[in-house]
Amino acid sequence: MHLPFCAHRCGYCDFVTATGREEQHAAYVDALLRELHEEHRGDPVDTIFLGGGTPTFTALPELLRLLAALPPARELTVEANPETVTPELARALRAAGVTRVSLGAQTFQAHLLATLERQATPDDVRAAFGHLRRAGFDNLSLDLIYGIPGQTPADLADDLAQALALEPEHISAYELEAKPGTRFTIAHGAELERQAEAMEDYFERVVETLTAAGYRWYETANFCRGDRRSEHNLGYWLGHDYLGIGVGAVSTVAGVRRRNTPKLAHYLAGRYDRELEPLDDETRARERVMLGLRLDEPLPLAGLRHALDPAGLARVEKLGLAEHDDDSLALTARGRFLGGAVTAELLA
Amino acid sequence: MSQSKIRNFSIIAHIDHGKSTLADRILEVTGAVSAREMREQILDSMELERERGITIKAQAVRVSWKGHRLNLIDTPGHVDFTYEVSRSLQACEGALLVVDAAQGIEAQTLANAYLAIENGLEIVPVVNKIDLPAAHPDGASIEIADLLGDDPARVVRISAKTGLNVADVLDAIVERVPPPAGDAGAPPRALVFDSSYDQYRGVVAFIRVVDGTFTRRDALATMATDTRFEAEELGFFSPTMTPVEQLSVGEVGYVITGLKDVSILRVGDTLTTVKRRAAAALPGYKEVKPMVFAGLFPTDSDQYPELRDALERLKLNDSALFYEPETSNALGFGFRCGFLGLLHMEIVRERLEREFDLDLLVTAPNVAYRVQDRNGEWIEVHNPSDFPREIEEVEEPYVKASIIVPKEYVGAVMELNNDRRGTFDHMEYLSPQRVHLTYELPLAEIVLDYYDQLKSRTRGYASFDYDMAGFKAGNLVRVDVLVAQEPVDALSLIVHRDFAYERGRLLVDKLREEIPRQMFDVAIQAAIGARVIARETVKARRKDVLAKCYGGDISRKRKLLEAQKKGKKRMKQVGSVEVPQEAFLAVLNIGQGNKS
Repeated sequence: MHLPFCAHRCGYCDFVTATGREEQHAAYVDALLRELHEEHRGDPVDTIFLGGGTPTFTALPELLRLLAALPPARELTVEANPETVTPELARALRAAGVTRVSLGAQTFQAHLLATLERQATPDDVRAAFGHLRRAGFDNLSLDLIYGIPGQTPADLADDLAQALALEPEHISAYELEAKPGTRFTIAHGAELERQAEAMEDYFERVVETLTAAGYRWYETANFCRGDRRSEHNLGYWLGHDYLGIGVGAVSTVAGVRRRNTPKLAHYLAGRYDRELEPLDDETRARERVMLGLRLDEPLPLAGLRHALDPAGLARVEKLGLAEHDDDSLALTARGRFLGGAVTAELLA
Repeated sequence: MSQSKIRNFSIIAHIDHGKSTLADRILEVTGAVSAREMREQILDSMELERERGITIKAQAVRVSWKGHRLNLIDTPGHVDFTYEVSRSLQACEGALLVVDAAQGIEAQTLANAYLAIENGLEIVPVVNKIDLPAAHPDGASIEIADLLGDDPARVVRISAKTGLNVADVLDAIVERVPPPAGDAGAPPRALVFDSSYDQYRGVVAFIRVVDGTFTRRDALATMATDTRFEAEELGFFSPTMTPVEQLSVGEVGYVITGLKDVSILRVGDTLTTVKRRAAAALPGYKEVKPMVFAGLFPTDSDQYPELRDALERLKLNDSALFYEPETSNALGFGFRCGFLGLLHMEIVRERLEREFDLDLLVTAPNVAYRVQDRNGEWIEVHNPSDFPREIEEVEEPYVKASIIVPKEYVGAVMELNNDRRGTFDHMEYLSPQRVHLTYELPLAEIVLDYYDQLKSRTRGYASFDYDMAGFKAGNLVRVDVLVAQEPVDALSLIVHRDFAYERGRLLVDKLREEIPRQMFDVAIQAAIGARVIARETVKARRKDVLAKCYGGDISRKRKLLEAQKKGKKRMKQVGSVEVPQEAFLAVLNIGQGNKS
């Protein structure tokens, strides 16, 4: 479920967002509930994820009205930006049945937060974490970004140490993806190139540090303690259907992918202008391979063999990047670092 | 017209010394072409020649001057076409030797002047461009007179551009060049001094009648190759094609043969009639052999059939061009082509790209080698990847190089020639300022970047020419390049043992830069036989993942992967390594130095 409102649009962000617009929050929640009512016909729901934008920037009464109207689910995650998390908000989310909060920390370095145009300070991140813990959340995730213009290996090491000190159940660590032509990319071009060269080292350091601290590298960019994976995101990687509600939201249901209009005004008016992409069996199989190989568990091959190139498979096995048996295919540790290239090699 | 009123002559000159301009002016002054019809440099018909300021194919034009019939036989100016020049000169009794009044004698002037003297031609020295502010007509006249052992006063000083004194040139031709000898009553003989191919009329032969008379509809035969055909049409150029019933002793003109292939009517061959066959062929015919070879591959492998057709069509007009199919593990299907020299190669390549719209990858050129294998058999090798690994002896072609240079650059030229395994032969002062050097050099050492190097080390002042000087034994080895243990045939090279290490290192370094990192370490090696002489490693990539991938993003990420997959398919697969074709291109170019 997509809540697009933010206090400020960060330079590197490529999600559908809208800044401010407090006067539209109520109307937007109305629109969400209307779409939910149209699309959800009472089937059981496994997990719900409220993403953004900054869901916790939404006027609290409206956010609570939305949460109260959601169907029951075994995991209900809300994304939050640290500076929006007050003790009251934390308690209110907990009381509304939210089981998991994903906190957009990104970095603990003040100058890098400024580069990213984040509103939070490093203290905000730590404080938000404390508020959530005290409100009773036992399933918290931190987002980190590496490859930020101006970042040094020491900065990254410090980010990882500070994140670990908070003992979150889950950490997502992403490389900064600067889209060509964006304000951010234009402003930081040369430095982004320098960072791109360091990305190999960063990625290795992230995986080494977090796994050494006892986290499970269960997905290319995701780490958890024990079995605290993101159940919701796991659904994407396992190829399950999902229903996206909100402006710009994407669904994949019964072999059709569709995207709602990214225009807020249209969405508020009930005009979804959906872009449809039918997925044939072959495409779905390719996606299953692409997504499944991001996980640390073997990919079951039933129904997917035709999507694989036997010669490519033989090559990557010979290089020690993947292993397969009769039923499943798994990447080796080195294979996972090269997951994209290996997948390109494997696909028929 | 009486034999005594005919004069056959050529113009020989260094590039840019004004040969074509003088030819134009002669056509104008004699009234062959009116000023209105005058197209600049009418004899240079091909677009490419025009742009390069050179003439590839000889033609002959008939003009009239004071009761005489003058045939101007055009000659190609470049060293690669020495054989064609010599055939053209053989068709003449005289030659205008044109020297730029500002530049003086150049290496090509010398080479062609010697050629003319060897052919027994009467040489009329001409100093051109005397209207230029930088002209030194006196100095140039003395240089040219010294060269010919002539009186400086007999040098005709002109400006072809303005037409000044061009009539004096024509008078000198009539007075000094002897009329053609030859027996009007003898069995007909004619020298084929050039040929070209016309899409509708087949091969057109340019001939000089040496004895007797040829008549339209005669059954004709060539004496070296015994090709037979009927003279469909005889005629001369004035400068347009003008048919006649007969061409008689001393005359120059053309024969339309209807033949479909220039290779069976070779330049230098003797034409006679079937009915009254001449007893002996004219001297001088020899088969021209390509000396420089390179692989031509279409950049897009789908263009292979087009490349084959284009080569077939070029060959119709260029009997010196040699080609045979070649398959390279790195570059796919293409052709190994043989050329007379580097300019010939450049011209063929440009014509293929320009006239046939082909995108070509050309391997570094190499020369022809004569190799004796372990069984004592001599074979000729045109491709380094065919060079036997076990050899008894090997010979490579040498040239006699002639270099004219201002005296302050003599040291630089000597240094270059020493670096290129040259042997000093002779040095003389043409004037107090200018020196003529001759060297023996392996052809292999000049096919890459010699000319560029010579120009850059002499700030453009050196002029250079060469003649083939036969094969000589050489201490040569084959260097192979291996990528991930797989030999890359297109990169094999033959090199003198002393240079093997350096060249191997250069190739390996360049390849390391050009080969993208793979999913594994890639060893790049240069080797002589089993002995590795240089090695580099392209380290494996350590990360290649799509940063993140959630519900809203799956289609886009899938498309990224599919594009990555497609990109892989465009790569050339050398064993297990994917190498972009551009990498080969860059590596193939290193041998050619900083060619601009």
